[in-house]
Amino acid sequence: MRTITPYDAIGEALAEEMRRDATVLAFGEGIATKRHDLVAEFGAARVRNTPLAEGIIAGTAAGAAATGLRPVVDLLFAPFLTFSMEEIVNSAGKLRFLSGGQFSFPMVAMAMTGAGWGVGAQHNHNVEAWFVHSPGLKVVMPSTAADFKGLMKSSIRDDNPVLFFLDVALLHTPGEVPDGDHLVPLGKAAIRRPGSDVTLVSYAKTVHGCVAAAETLAAEGISAEVVDLRSLKPWDEEAVLASVRKTGRLVVVHEASRTCGVGAEIAATVAEEAFASLRTPIVRLAGPDAPAASSWVLEQAFVPQADAIAEAARGAVARTLSLATA
Amino acid sequence: MSTSPAVPGPAAFLEQMMLIRAFEERSAASFAEGRSPGTCTCVGQEASAVGVVAALREDDLILTNHRSAGHLLARGADPGRLMAEIMGRSTGYCGGKSGTLHVSAKELGVILTSTIVGGELSLAPGVALSLSMKGSDAVVACFFGDGAACEGIFHEALNLAAVWKLPVLFVCENNEWQAFVHRRETMLTENIASRAAGYGIEGRTVDGNDAEAVFAAAAEAVERIRETKTPFLLETKTYRLRGHFEPDDQGYVDKDELATWRARDPIATLRSRLLSSGALTTGEAAAMDRRVAERLDAAFSFAAGSPWPSLDQLTTNVYA
Repeated sequence: MRTITPYDAIGEALAEEMRRDATVLAFGEGIATKRHDLVAEFGAARVRNTPLAEGIIAGTAAGAAATGLRPVVDLLFAPFLTFSMEEIVNSAGKLRFLSGGQFSFPMVAMAMTGAGWGVGAQHNHNVEAWFVHSPGLKVVMPSTAADFKGLMKSSIRDDNPVLFFLDVALLHTPGEVPDGDHLVPLGKAAIRRPGSDVTLVSYAKTVHGCVAAAETLAAEGISAEVVDLRSLKPWDEEAVLASVRKTGRLVVVHEASRTCGVGAEIAATVAEEAFASLRTPIVRLAGPDAPAASSWVLEQAFVPQADAIAEAARGAVARTLSLATA
Repeated sequence: MSTSPAVPGPAAFLEQMMLIRAFEERSAASFAEGRSPGTCTCVGQEASAVGVVAALREDDLILTNHRSAGHLLARGADPGRLMAEIMGRSTGYCGGKSGTLHVSAKELGVILTSTIVGGELSLAPGVALSLSMKGSDAVVACFFGDGAACEGIFHEALNLAAVWKLPVLFVCENNEWQAFVHRRETMLTENIASRAAGYGIEGRTVDGNDAEAVFAAAAEAVERIRETKTPFLLETKTYRLRGHFEPDDQGYVDKDELATWRARDPIATLRSRLLSSGALTTGEAAAMDRRVAERLDAAFSFAAGSPWPSLDQLTTNVYA
């Protein structure tokens, strides 16, 4: 076990997968400049800078993926993905199906997002739900350094297009990463803290808010279970349903805006599949339907914080008590 | 390395073009009869398709667009499986999932058809990157129109292909029409090929209604790409003789313009030239007509008689 940043964990994942498989290559906006160690080891043909042209970066990845390469592309910030929606959604996501399965698109598109750097809404926009809603794509958004590495390695090995979102608030915070060939499967959630009274489901930075809230709640005698989705498509229905069936209460937490966010899908699925286990209405705690501001206080206010998460969980538990005594 | 393709004779071009024309007209008729969906035909553009495709080796790859029947048939696609795809039948090249607009046939090297105007341009550099990283000297021929040349991705694709020295033959089939908008309304220059200079690559404009001229220009361009490892922009000047998408009565098209281009019909022009020079006898021409008709009769009855896809196909091939 070593302690490294998620940024370095991604670098390790790229290096290990490029070493393992000669068809893996990386290109994007400054990746050869920023990750010079990869250029030194694998050469300029496999680690390339590109023009600041997100459409052709994503399209080139799709074309290369369909014909035998495994590209990883760096599109810098998530809102820039609007320039590559055509290539990711219409080509990478649809052409396998439309061609009757003649082609596959093993590619990874990385982009940073989230509050933390004060960069404002054109660099900070949690757009993961757009891609969850698009067929043929997979979406991951890790919360720990170990998962950044393990999910990146699995994403590279996956035969489908994977959107890999990097929460900027986590990117340079060191965490423990296991030694060796560390793989984290796509579609498997992690229980970050077991509990029995309420389930907190989250991903990326708000997982840490949930864990902090769970610690506060524990001191008050409320046992919260924290489920880190890690993958948003496919997402681990089994793990979420099992937890809710145990606790009977669900609070879904994410930074992305509330309306039609990933939390809406989780809430709807739990309502459909585990309604009888629910002791209180599901609570969603999410960012507002507004662009993210640059100002530190507004940026932080956008994100569900530990206090608000604890309060929502307390509310859910109290509501059961009041329902029971009514 | 594969050897260069043999030079096809003009009679071979003529018969290929006749097959494409008849295929498109029958497909439009089939739509009019309510037997198949509407198509974007390549009527009028056949010379560009057969000329470019004939200049490619077997290991060269093709990316095409919504007006793809000419490229596919020129590459040797089975008209029966192509029509079956258009009709949404399970025997089509994509099992009926692509329909007329996104037909790909990996076995023919016709890959990644995108019907988003400019989509094919976005994919071509990546396909070429795969070829060059494998050490192959094969090229990618990417067909698009003057409409796609007005998309932003045209710039991104040509620029990246130039900077990365990727073996792409960009083929702009300039057919004067961008869906329902005339090219004159969307660009100030007459030619697309002149834009090549802005990317530091070679470009050339050729009469897209002359199959032999297209072939010669494409063959030369492909050789240049193999030698220089640099993309090339070839513009074939042609005309969309039918509407954008069936049905389209072309009521918006200038009558004189249409008449001018009808008089330059690539098939009628070549056929009468070959007949008057004696390179083709009336008997041989009649035999071509008969062969084309027979092939298409067989193709259309195969397609119409083919089964629909099973309903479980609704969700297969979404993920690998």
